[in-house]
Amino acid sequence: MLLSIKNLHASINGKEILKGVNLEVNNGEIHAIMGPNGTGKSTLASVIAGRDVFETTSGEILYKGKNLQKLSIEERACEGIFLGFQYPVEIPGVSMTNFMRTAVNEIRKYKGLDALSGSEFIKLMEEKKKLVEITSNLTNRSVNEGFSGGEKKKNEIFQMAMLEPMLAILDETDSGLDIDALRIVANGVNKLRRPDNAFVVITHYQRLLDYIVPDFVHVLYEGKIVKSGGKELALELEDRGYDWIKKELGE
Amino acid sequence: MESTQQHSITLERMVDLFETNRKVLSSNDTALLAGIRDKAFTLFGSLGFPHTRMEAWRNTDLKESLGLGYDYYFHPLPEADIQKVFRCNIPNLDTAIIGQLNGWYVSKDVPLMELGNGIIMGSLAEAKKKYPTLVEKYYNLSTNDVSDVFTAMNTAFEQDGVFIFVPQGVKSPKPVQLINVIHHQDNIFMQSRNLIVIGDNASLSLVHCDDSYNQQASFSNLVSEVFLGENAFLDHYKLQNLNNNSTLISASYFKLEAGANLESHYLSLNGGLIRNNIQVLFNGVHGNANIFGLYLMDRKQHIDNQVFVDHAFSDCTSNEIFKGVLDENARGVFNGHVLVRRNSTKTDARQTNKNILLTDTARINSQPFLEIYNDDVKCAHGSSTGQLDPEAMFYLRQRGISEESARMLLMFAFAEEIVGKIAIPQLRQRIEDMVKKRLQGELRICEQCVLHCSTPNHPLDFKIDLSKI
Repeated sequence: MLLSIKNLHASINGKEILKGVNLEVNNGEIHAIMGPNGTGKSTLASVIAGRDVFETTSGEILYKGKNLQKLSIEERACEGIFLGFQYPVEIPGVSMTNFMRTAVNEIRKYKGLDALSGSEFIKLMEEKKKLVEITSNLTNRSVNEGFSGGEKKKNEIFQMAMLEPMLAILDETDSGLDIDALRIVANGVNKLRRPDNAFVVITHYQRLLDYIVPDFVHVLYEGKIVKSGGKELALELEDRGYDWIKKELGE
Repeated sequence: MESTQQHSITLERMVDLFETNRKVLSSNDTALLAGIRDKAFTLFGSLGFPHTRMEAWRNTDLKESLGLGYDYYFHPLPEADIQKVFRCNIPNLDTAIIGQLNGWYVSKDVPLMELGNGIIMGSLAEAKKKYPTLVEKYYNLSTNDVSDVFTAMNTAFEQDGVFIFVPQGVKSPKPVQLINVIHHQDNIFMQSRNLIVIGDNASLSLVHCDDSYNQQASFSNLVSEVFLGENAFLDHYKLQNLNNNSTLISASYFKLEAGANLESHYLSLNGGLIRNNIQVLFNGVHGNANIFGLYLMDRKQHIDNQVFVDHAFSDCTSNEIFKGVLDENARGVFNGHVLVRRNSTKTDARQTNKNILLTDTARINSQPFLEIYNDDVKCAHGSSTGQLDPEAMFYLRQRGISEESARMLLMFAFAEEIVGKIAIPQLRQRIEDMVKKRLQGELRICEQCVLHCSTPNHPLDFKIDLSKI
């Protein structure tokens, strides 16, 4: 098993957001997490990535059998955890090339591999750009600075392609995208899918799941996964909303 | 008596020194210049040294600096080891190098160079003798009405410095690198004076470095008067890299005639206490001045930038951007003052100061200030102080970049806005290297002028590759 989350409780500034999440992800699987706004989807992603503004109060996250809580943000990344940000950060003055070259080589160093040379790196970058259909010249642009909403999301997929994670968590990567950009993002995921890696796709909309077919769909509500099913659950949610689930829960 | 030993700097000592050494002080003066000196001495005596109850010195306390014991010399020290001291050249950069040792022009038997194109460069003391009319025409023009104690003291005591004259219409073919090195086995107090005149339609690129050779304490009081004729251009770099026991009071007075264009870069990489007093006067229409500053301070270092831009004529533009990273117990002061006078329509003036404080104990006092007496102007000012952006830190680290490297990337990106404006590629490359070293905390280990650090014995080595590819 790649990821195993057991009874995870997490809070920010004393306010509990996750109230006992259980989730298991195996290699080769795609999981979709859906649910109304403010129920803890992004918090779950951040806690897995190790963001320190959240405090894990109880429960555990096992990743490749290791307790994740003992690892720093960058160690988790080097172990293969990737977070596609809902709001990618603009970093003026840091070029995409420097950023990616530093990231690729620090991860390689962690794995005991030699750093890529300048030409090897450029070759890799061109290859991955093609894969995710980025045509613009990223080399001299600062990270996400002046990027349109769609470009920022494509840039997240590009970074994922560069870093080849084992577990990619995409936090509403589809929100704010037109249908073409959505297709490019989804194609990126499908091309990067391998038998040994896994994806957790957080989304509000069924439409992304027309392009990325999930093995499992989970509903996160009030800090817990309250319902899980196959891809047909997403269609049902699209059709009926969340009220029926709230009713099932007795609210 | 030509030197005095290891006393602190007090008004009494300086008055006594002046009166005892009056003759040697004015040995190169014309009658006019001697009169200027006497007048400045009187002003100096009436002003006295500043204290923190004075508004202009509220955030910069000189008590400790002035209180140390310093040697004072009225003659240049022997030019020993001169080759060793002046290895500070920038690789692959073809410059004309002018050296100053403890403020004195290093003659190498040629006190004043007269180049074929009419450019004169060399010792100010020598220029006073050889070109008295030329020196008299400009000397003290900008500082005459200034009631600043350090400028007055400099005018009263200065005996040498650098004189550069670029005649009308002449474009200086290569950058001039002016290196002032402090090198003495004991604490030293030095004052020097530079006079730089760029004629109408002439241009000059000037790299001005203040360095110290050892860890000995020093107090430098420098004044530069810089004149830009009509449509003249000056690309000016002030590179400050002194030891932690140094105090540097550096005043530059820029006077721009109509259409003149000034690009000035103040890069303060190291120093115990640095106070830059930067004065820009537009003395004609359509002038432009860009004044950029970058300071990287840690430990108990203190940096104070005082910038005054006087829009005395219409249709001039000025842009000030000062950025700083302050670590540990470092202290920063920024005081920007733009004055737009009543008749100065179509003025465009901008002023920005941004700071990153890396610790709770680092401090900055930032006061951007616009004083505007005309309605038809575009003016903007802004100041920000903060920590490294935690969102950006998380983003970088989530991609596998270590916390230390992520901090470096963000700090370098912050500095790059200023470093990127350096127009001489070789100098920009060198400064980028120095900024990286500085941000990695490596410069502090250098015992000598850091420009020596990238000599073959000390290759540059970075853990992460920040170079553009």
